Amino acid sequence: MKRVILHCDLNNFYASVECLYNPELRDRPVAVCGSVEDRHGIVLAKNYEAKKYKVMTGETVWEAKSKCPGLVTVRANHSLYLKFSRYARQIYEYYTDQIESFGLDECWMDVSESSLLFGDGPKIANEIRKKIKRELGVTVSIGVSYNKIFAKLGSDMKKPDAVTVITEDNFKEKIWGLPVEDLLYVGRSTRRKLNNLAIFTIGDLANCHLEFLIKQLGKWGYTLWNFANGYDTSPVARNDCEIAIKSIGNSLTTPRDLTNNEDVRILIYTLSESVGERLRSHNLKGRTVQISLKDPGLQSLERQGQLDLHTYITSEIAAKAYEIFLKSWDWSKNIRALGVRVTDLVEADTCTQISLFLDDAKRQKLEMIDECVDRVRERFGHYSVQRGILLQYRD
Amino acid sequence: MGKVFVDTIVKFTREGDKIPLEIVWDDGRKFQVDRVLDITRAASLKAGGRGIRYKCRVKGKEIYLFFDDDKWFVETENR
Repeated sequence: MKRVILHCDLNNFYASVECLYNPELRDRPVAVCGSVEDRHGIVLAKNYEAKKYKVMTGETVWEAKSKCPGLVTVRANHSLYLKFSRYARQIYEYYTDQIESFGLDECWMDVSESSLLFGDGPKIANEIRKKIKRELGVTVSIGVSYNKIFAKLGSDMKKPDAVTVITEDNFKEKIWGLPVEDLLYVGRSTRRKLNNLAIFTIGDLANCHLEFLIKQLGKWGYTLWNFANGYDTSPVARNDCEIAIKSIGNSLTTPRDLTNNEDVRILIYTLSESVGERLRSHNLKGRTVQISLKDPGLQSLERQGQLDLHTYITSEIAAKAYEIFLKSWDWSKNIRALGVRVTDLVEADTCTQISLFLDDAKRQKLEMIDECVDRVRERFGHYSVQRGILLQYRD
Repeated sequence: MGKVFVDTIVKFTREGDKIPLEIVWDDGRKFQVDRVLDITRAASLKAGGRGIRYKCRVKGKEIYLFFDDDKWFVETENR
């Protein structure tokens, strides 16, 4: 049976939701931004009016305002966007249970089976497009094709509020002329590599010798060649399918730069606290601790180290993260953002090798203390129990 | 065009539906809903928002009453 895959992309999602709730903004250039005071002041989304002034996602608010002096900036309201994303999903779920989210505003749907009930792919896509507009007041672009890659390309081709159909018969004329970076997973660095091989369009990539591509890009060359030729067969994940967690991490851009080891130690404990809590709630333990650091010039650095045993004990994670930090930072610059992540995860109750040289009884006690703290926080709120190290910041 | 949040007297049917019976305007005036003509999910482009839209007849006029996020609001002409 031929597959029918839809890719739905809610247009300028954050900005569209803001414009829906604030009708007076609709005809003005609007950008949804992070908080400038908390130093998250970048453009997260913009509407079509702002796009006319070449306001770009990811640029700082002052850069955007210098391009477009009349730009209205709105603070992001994530809980509202999350709610809207759920409403859109409810509409998709009417047609299929095979929905794979790709961020808050995009998803793939496999409607191969539903076509018998609701009509062919383009018919379902148009119904969804109209429903989203009528019921949610925002617009969606939908790509309809026989694989996920072409469906995604289709949704990018015509915006806003449109449906693009890419079939096995027309994909060469519709897609092969597009720049190679339009293909999913071709980022800046892959594009550069491909351009150096005189591959500029998706057609160039599709017609390139496979052996040559594998030689140049390895396994990735094979994958991209398949994408360009429409051979992608990856399935759309089912609704109830849980994605295996590969890592758990938290990071923070601090309101002021961190200038000394003590600042960093406090933040590492705060972040590790949250990472440990999440590991325990997912019943996972990890062995590799990674830290990420960003200086005020936005240069970033990542370092990692391994623990002796898998753990979800907050103090072990924090101590390792701090140890890695001390080895990797010479304080030639201050720190703007810091992250702690734990990878190499296993189920917490899996049998693992214990060490002859570590005090296992003490570790068990530490695990029980952490679990106990989780329960106290669950009942009485997060701030009901705090580490001593954090108390100096109480004021 | 504007949006006015209103108090609403509602009948909960045994099937679990909500039927608005009376709207209490923000200045205290009360308006009886003579008839609910249509119930559908919809966006309100005039007032800004979305929700379950009740097309109601009130004093011979048709109005849209929205239920969103546990609140009721009405589209108005001049706010």
